[in-house]
Amino acid sequence: MVLEDTRRTRRDAKSPRRVSIIGILGEVLITVGVIVLLFLVWQTWINNIVVSNSQRDDALEQSQEWNKGEAVKLAPDERADPGVPVVSEAPAEAEVFGTLIVPRFGADYTRPIAESVSLERVLNTRGVGHYTGTQMPGEVGNFAVAAHRTGWGDPFIDINKLQLGDSVYVETEAGWYRYVFRSLEYVSAAGIGVLDPVPQFDGAIASDRLMTLTSCNPLYSVSERLIAYAVFDTWYPRSEGAPSEIAALAQNSEGAG
Amino acid sequence: MYASLWRVLPGPFFVRLLIVLALAAAIVAALFLWVFPWALPLVTPLDSTVHE
Repeated sequence: MVLEDTRRTRRDAKSPRRVSIIGILGEVLITVGVIVLLFLVWQTWINNIVVSNSQRDDALEQSQEWNKGEAVKLAPDERADPGVPVVSEAPAEAEVFGTLIVPRFGADYTRPIAESVSLERVLNTRGVGHYTGTQMPGEVGNFAVAAHRTGWGDPFIDINKLQLGDSVYVETEAGWYRYVFRSLEYVSAAGIGVLDPVPQFDGAIASDRLMTLTSCNPLYSVSERLIAYAVFDTWYPRSEGAPSEIAALAQNSEGAG
Repeated sequence: MYASLWRVLPGPFFVRLLIVLALAAAIVAALFLWVFPWALPLVTPLDSTVHE
């Protein structure tokens, strides 16, 4: 500021030049406007791509860890009944215990699933969050997860494009659980009934294995929640190999990282 | 503000232009790397969960 003032004084001596308050204010406002525009560009495109790629890499790395560096076999199409799915114990808060693989969201779509739906510790940093207190993958009841649909890598941006019969795979250390997408539902932010073991039937005793995915709706808004329900179909123990539908992704994970 | 910056810069036109562009690039990089990541949770607290 001092430098600027002396400069101006010297300058003013030669040719009278005024720096008006309004002029400075105008330049400040223009600068703020440009920064806001830059922020929007950064948030909508740059950051989203960066975060989304890093979430995918995290998930691939996690899968690779579970494979212990061994090549991933593929389960045969005709196979014996794998029996009752293994249910892992409840993980620690913010611990990554699974990956979510949805072919409808892209051939290379895989995202880490971590425990709890804390914005700071899971949804803004890891990717997909598991509602603590809801069931685990393969367990009778409701395995409920949440993820962003706008920003932070928007893992669930395409949640409204799911179609009846689409596969939703959850990979854990034990193997791959295949859920099949059934329906969408729109609720308010207070619609916690979607997390019940039998969604929307508080207190009912569950007999099915369900999965609930929650995200915000409409895009760029938080006025509603968009819910996707999937029903458990089968599971693939890690020792018997990955489902052939996600062969490319499962086998890619051995070389990734 | 910007006019005085331009006057303060040394050298001929193209040298000044180069300095201005470098300064702008540095500022944009600082915004992208530190300021925006810090500001993101403050300006768009989007919540995708259901809760009481």
